[in-house]
This record gives sequence, structure tokens and C-alpha cells, in this order.
Amino acid sequence: MAEHVKHEDHHGPEFYIKIWALLLVLLVISVVGPMFGHRILTLITAFGIAIVKALIVAGWFMHLKTEKKYIWYMLMTMLLMVFMFFLGTASDAMKADGNNWTNEAAHKLIEQHKGSTGEAHKP
Amino acid sequence: MQTPIATGRSVTGIPTGRLAVWWIVGSEIVIFGGLLMYYLMLRHKYDFWAESSEHTNTAAGALNTFILLTSSLFIVLAHYYAERKDHIKSFKFIWFTIAGGLGFLCVKSIEWTNEIMHGYTITSQLFWSFYYTAAGIHAVHVIAGMVIMGIISFDVLRQKNMHRVELIGIYWHFVDIVWIFLFPLLYIAK
Repeated sequence: MAEHVKHEDHHGPEFYIKIWALLLVLLVISVVGPMFGHRILTLITAFGIAIVKALIVAGWFMHLKTEKKYIWYMLMTMLLMVFMFFLGTASDAMKADGNNWTNEAAHKLIEQHKGSTGEAHKP
Repeated sequence: MQTPIATGRSVTGIPTGRLAVWWIVGSEIVIFGGLLMYYLMLRHKYDFWAESSEHTNTAAGALNTFILLTSSLFIVLAHYYAERKDHIKSFKFIWFTIAGGLGFLCVKSIEWTNEIMHGYTITSQLFWSFYYTAAGIHAVHVIAGMVIMGIISFDVLRQKNMHRVELIGIYWHFVDIVWIFLFPLLYIAK
């Protein structure tokens, strides 16, 4: 019965509080790191740490560490699908021009913004 | 009353209810993953994106991250006590989690009110369209989680369907993970 199919880990509240404290330390690093204004440091502290935090939450709080392996495969397949959609559309969507085509709307948007740079936003 | 099939069947090695929640999480990965990819595309395409994102409130974003991480701790503790049939403590921690969700929404509404009053609306610029769409969809998920937790909590109090605490916990942690990625995108990468 389902009630008897439980995760194998039996960590206590103290363990979860330690994981939470670790997540808070990582949160502080991700806020302070980008303040130095170094591009690589910002990427590592903001996005690298976001990945680490997500893995900690998934592994320990969601109990993915002790979950059946096929759940990991299922979630990774979904992530792969996202990247496939991205790769399929990014080559066009990330450009405003290409061979024998131009995205007038994108150019218009860029021009519009050039005209409004430095101005305060009005509702 | 008849026990739901998802409660008592486990042909895949894990309870069917839990498997269903994992499928929900899988489909949510595509939804939020698509949003994040959209961010990457536009960020690289338009130089002015970074300028627009300078006006978000990092302190509010960090406070909301703290609140969601703490609420994740509360729901994992609710699950811990539910597994040990301590329904009172489980009920209590579920409501601490709901309070966390409410705190998150309060901070968000104050933040949005401030931004809208300064003229940063969903139609003002591309970045702000993304900002309100991504944070708005996330907030809807927070509200949905709070409502489901509220319903589950009263079952827990009657010591019924205690396993559902784990199921809503998986969902809530995923909502937390989405925010973990939205936070640097919206508030840090300026």
C-alpha cells in the first residue's frame, strides 16, 4: 500500500534546519557577490549559486536523493525538451536580421528605446 | 468512504499520487523553463534590457527568497511530523507555510504597487512585460499551493490522508525552486 512506500531517509528537524541555514548563507552570497561589479563573479554568485540552491532543495527537501531514479530521468527529459525548443527557435528569435529577412518590429523597438534612453518612465 | 486509487496503488514503485505530482512538476518545468529561455533570448537580443531591469527592488526580492526558503523548511517539517502521525504539529507547520506564502504575496503586492506608481507597468517596456508575467505566473502558483495546503490541513487535523502533506510539499518546493531562479534573473542581473 502507498502508505508504506516511504522515502528511505529519516533525517530529523535539526538536519532540515541545517539545510535551511546553508540555503540562507548561499542567499547572502548570491546578493553580496554581484555588488563587486565583476561580470564573472556575478555569474558565479548569482546563477551558479541559484543552481546549487535548487539542487539542495530538490535533493533534501523534495527528497529526490532517495526517490526512484526514473523520476530524475523524467525531470531531466523535460529540461532537455526545454533546451531543444530553445535551440530550435533561438537562432532566429535572438537576431533582428538574417539572410533575406529582417525583423522590422525588433528594429523599431530598438530605435524607440534609443530615443527614450535616459528619460524617466511615464505611466 | 472509498479510498482514492492514488492513495492505495503503487505499481511503479512509488505511490501513484506522488507520481502524479512529479508529472505536474515535470510539466511545470516546461512552462517555467520556456519563460527562462524567453528571458535569455530577449536579454541577448536587446541591449536596453539591462537598463530596464535596474529599477527592480533587490531587497524585496531577497526578502521574498528568505520567506520562501523558510516556508520550504516549514512544509518539510510538516511532512516529517505527518509521517510520524503527529497531526497537531503537522497541521501547525502547514499553517506556518501558508503564512509564509501570504508574507510572500504581501511583499510582492507592496513591491508591485511601488513599481506601478513609478510608471513601470506591464506595457511600459519589454523587461517589465516579462517581469510581471513571470512573477505573476509564479504568484498564481503560490496562491494555488496555499489553497491546497489549507484544504489538506483540515484532513491532517482529522488524521486523514496524511500522505498528502508530502505531495503538496513536493509542489511547494518546486515553487520555491522557480523563485530561486527568478530572483537572480529579475533582481540581480542588472
